Amino acid sequence: MLSTLHSPRSLSRFPLHLTSSVKPRAASASSASSLSDYPPPPLPAAQSPGGAPASQILTVRRSLLSGSVTATQLAESYLSRLRLTEPQLNSFIHVSDSVLKSAQEIDDKIAKGGGEALGPLAGVMVGVKDNICTADMPSTGGSRILENYRPPFDATAVKRLKEKGGIVVGKTNLDEFGMGSTTEGSGFQVTANPWDLGRVPGGSSGGSASAVSARQCVVSLGSDTGGSVRQPASFCGVVGLKPTYGRVSRFGLMAYASSLDVIGCLGTSVADVGIFLNAISGHDKFDATSSKQSLFTSINLLESKPLSGLKVGLIRETLDDGVDSGVKSAINAAVLHMQELGCIVNEVSLPSFSLGLPAYYILASSESSSNLSRYDGVRYGKQTVSDELNALYANSRASGFGPEVKMRILMGTYALSAGYYDAYYKRAQQVRTLIRESFKTALETNDILISPAAPSVAYKMGMLVVSYYS
Amino acid sequence: MEEDAGKLMHSGNGSYVDLNRAGVPLLEIVSEPDMRTGIEASEYAAELQRVVRYLGVSNGNMQEGSLRCDVNVSVRPIGQAEFGTKVEIKNLNSFSAINRAIDFEISRQVNLHSQGQQDSIVQETRLWEEGAQKTVTMRKKEGLADYRYFPEPDLPEVVLTKAYMDSVGKSLPELPEAKRRRYEEMGLSMQDVLFLANDIAVADFFDATIQKGADVKLAANWIMGDIAAYLKNEKLSINDIKLVPHELAELIASIKSGTISGKIGKEILFELLAKGGTVKGLIEEKDLVQITDLVDIEKMVDKVIAENPKQLEQYRSGKTKLQGYFAGQVMKASKGKANPGILNKVLVEKLNAKV
Repeated sequence: MLSTLHSPRSLSRFPLHLTSSVKPRAASASSASSLSDYPPPPLPAAQSPGGAPASQILTVRRSLLSGSVTATQLAESYLSRLRLTEPQLNSFIHVSDSVLKSAQEIDDKIAKGGGEALGPLAGVMVGVKDNICTADMPSTGGSRILENYRPPFDATAVKRLKEKGGIVVGKTNLDEFGMGSTTEGSGFQVTANPWDLGRVPGGSSGGSASAVSARQCVVSLGSDTGGSVRQPASFCGVVGLKPTYGRVSRFGLMAYASSLDVIGCLGTSVADVGIFLNAISGHDKFDATSSKQSLFTSINLLESKPLSGLKVGLIRETLDDGVDSGVKSAINAAVLHMQELGCIVNEVSLPSFSLGLPAYYILASSESSSNLSRYDGVRYGKQTVSDELNALYANSRASGFGPEVKMRILMGTYALSAGYYDAYYKRAQQVRTLIRESFKTALETNDILISPAAPSVAYKMGMLVVSYYS
Repeated sequence: MEEDAGKLMHSGNGSYVDLNRAGVPLLEIVSEPDMRTGIEASEYAAELQRVVRYLGVSNGNMQEGSLRCDVNVSVRPIGQAEFGTKVEIKNLNSFSAINRAIDFEISRQVNLHSQGQQDSIVQETRLWEEGAQKTVTMRKKEGLADYRYFPEPDLPEVVLTKAYMDSVGKSLPELPEAKRRRYEEMGLSMQDVLFLANDIAVADFFDATIQKGADVKLAANWIMGDIAAYLKNEKLSINDIKLVPHELAELIASIKSGTISGKIGKEILFELLAKGGTVKGLIEEKDLVQITDLVDIEKMVDKVIAENPKQLEQYRSGKTKLQGYFAGQVMKASKGKANPGILNKVLVEKLNAKV
C-alpha cells in the first residue's frame, strides 16, 4: 500500500489567505511538483475568532461591499490563476467566457447602491461538475457520448447559485457519468492533484476538488453517489459535504443511480460549504424526491459553540486492516484533539459496514443500466450514423461510452434480468436496509459518527488499473 | 397506473415521433376472465366508458384513443376446469368491434377444437381486421419480454390515508348503476332509465328538472322526445342549449295547469332551446295564455260557425269530419290559444244543436 504521506497538515492551524502584497509568480512547469508555490488570489485576510479558517464567501462579500476590491478584479485574479495552473491540473473541461461580464454586472449593481441587496454568493467563483447541466456551457458528463452537448436548461442547483450572485467559472472534470474514484475515467483528460501532480485528485468529482484546492475557484459543486464528493475532497485536502438525499434538488444532475445520487458542495472551509449548501438546497417541484423539510432553521452557521459533551462514535470497522497506517494516525490524532475540546469519543462497531460496498455496486450498476439507456444517439449527444435502428443504438453507445461505463451497464443489466432480480437487486436493497438500521441504532447513543473519508491518501496516477478485457 | 408513450406516425417520406401525449397518466383496468360473450364484454366496456365520463376523468372516446381496449379469449370444453390457451386481440377501435372480434375468435377456437386441432391455438397476439371482420396472426412473434423492472427511485412513495380515501369516496357523483336503480324506483320504464342514465349531463338535467317539482314521466318524455331531437338536429350536447332545467319544469307545470296548451308548449320549447328566456316571459310577450273561458270560446265558435254557413250545411248533412275544419278556424282566430278540449266540446254541442 502507499507509504508516502505528506507531513500532517491541520488546516485549522494555518491562515488560508496571504496578504494582498503577494503576487502570483510565473509558472515553472518542469520543476513544480505541487502547486504550493502559487499563492491564492489576493484578498484581505480575515479570520474568525479562535483561529478557525475564514469564510472566503463572507470575505468576498465584505470586500465587495466595503469597496476594497471589485468583483471584476476578483474575477480577473481567479481567472489568471486558473490559466496559470490549468496546464498542470486540467481541472476544467470547459471555462466560461462570460465570467467578467457577470462580474461587471455585480459591480454595476454595487455602483448603483444596491450592495446590500446582493445575493449571499455575489462575486463568488464556482466550479460546476460537468454532469450538472448548464444552459450556456457544454455539459458532457465527462463522456464522449455528450461531447459538445448543450442542455436547454440549468440544473436547479446552478439556477439557485446564479440567483444568489454566484459566477460559474467553468465545468470541472469527472469520471465518466460519475463512475469511478480517480477521475482517470474521464473521456477527455486526466486531472492532477494540486498537492502532488503525479497523483490523482480522487473521484468522481476530481476536477471540483482540485479546482477548489488550487484556488481556481472559491467553492464547487460535485456529485456523490458512493463517496464521489467526500473522497476527492479528502485526497485534495478540502472540505467536501455530501448532503442528505433529498436536501438538494437532483433536477439537472445527469442521473447515475437515482436512489443514491446527491449534489454536494466543496470548499476550503466548513463555513463556506455550509453557506453554499444553504444557498442551493430546498424543495424543488421538478424533483419529486426533494425534501420539503427546511434546512438551518435556527442554526447560525458561524456561531462558535463549545464541543464539550458531544458524543462521538468512531466506527471501528473503518480502521481495520487495509487502512493506511498514516490514515490511522491522523484519525487518532483527530480523536485526541476532539477529546481535548471536550468530546466524549467512543468506538462503535457496525459489522454490516463492509456490506455497503458490494450492495452499492449492485444497486448503482442496476440503476445506471436504466438511467444510461437514454444515451441512444437519437435524442442528444453524438450519433454514429448507421443503416438501421438497432445498429444506430449499438454503434453510438459503443463508440461514445468508456469501458468503465460499459462494464457497469452490463453488470446492472445482468443483475436485473429475469431470474436474477431476487438474488442480486432485491438482496442488495435488503442489505441496504440493514446498514441503515445499524447506523440509526448507533446514532441513538452518539451525536455523530466519524471515520476516515478514504483508507489511504491519493493514489499515484495509473495505479488503479482495471482490466476490462481479460 | 402507467404513463402513455409517444406515437409513431408513418408517412411517405419517413416516420415521425409524436411525443405530445407522452407522460399522460393511464389507468389500466384488468377484468376477471368471467365474461362469456362478445356483447357482455362490449357492454362492460361501455359501462366503463360511462363511469369515466360520469367521474369526469376522461371523455372515454375510443376513436380518439382516450379509451383503449385489448381482449383475451380462451375456450375450454364444457366440464373442464382448467382454462384453455388464451389469445390476445388488438386493434379494437369501437364497442361493436369488441363484440364482433370476440364472437369471431370464440367460433374460430371452437371450430379448431371440433376438428381436433386445438393444439394449433397458441398463446399469441392477433389483430382484428375491421374490413375482413376476422382476427389474423401478427407477423412477428416475439419472445417473452424481459423488462428488468425495479421500483422507480425518482418517484417517492405515495401514502394514502384512510381520511383521504374516504373524502374521495364522498366526493364521487352518483355512479351509473346507482342512478339507474333510482330511476327505476321512480317508476320510469327501462327504456327511459337507460336513455337518461347514459349521459351524466342528461341525467343531471333531468334530476335538476324534477327537483323543481316537475312530473317525472313528463320530464322524461320531453327530454327523450323533443329535446333529444333538437340536440340531434343541431348536433349539440345538452350542456349547449339555452334551456335551463327549472324553465323546463315551469313549462311542464304551465301545461299541466292549463295555462298553455300542449301545442303552444312545444312552440315555446323550441324558442327556449334556441334562445333561452323564461316560460312566463314568453307567455306574456307573445300573449300565449290558453283561452279556457267557456263564454269566450262559445263566442269564437259562434263567430266561426256564422262565417262558414256552407261548411255548417255540409257538416249537418253528414260530413262530420268537418269538425276539424271548424276547430282549425277557431284555433286560427284565437291564435292557437283556445283550449282544444273545451273547444271540441263546445263545437260538438253547437254543431249538433238543433237550430
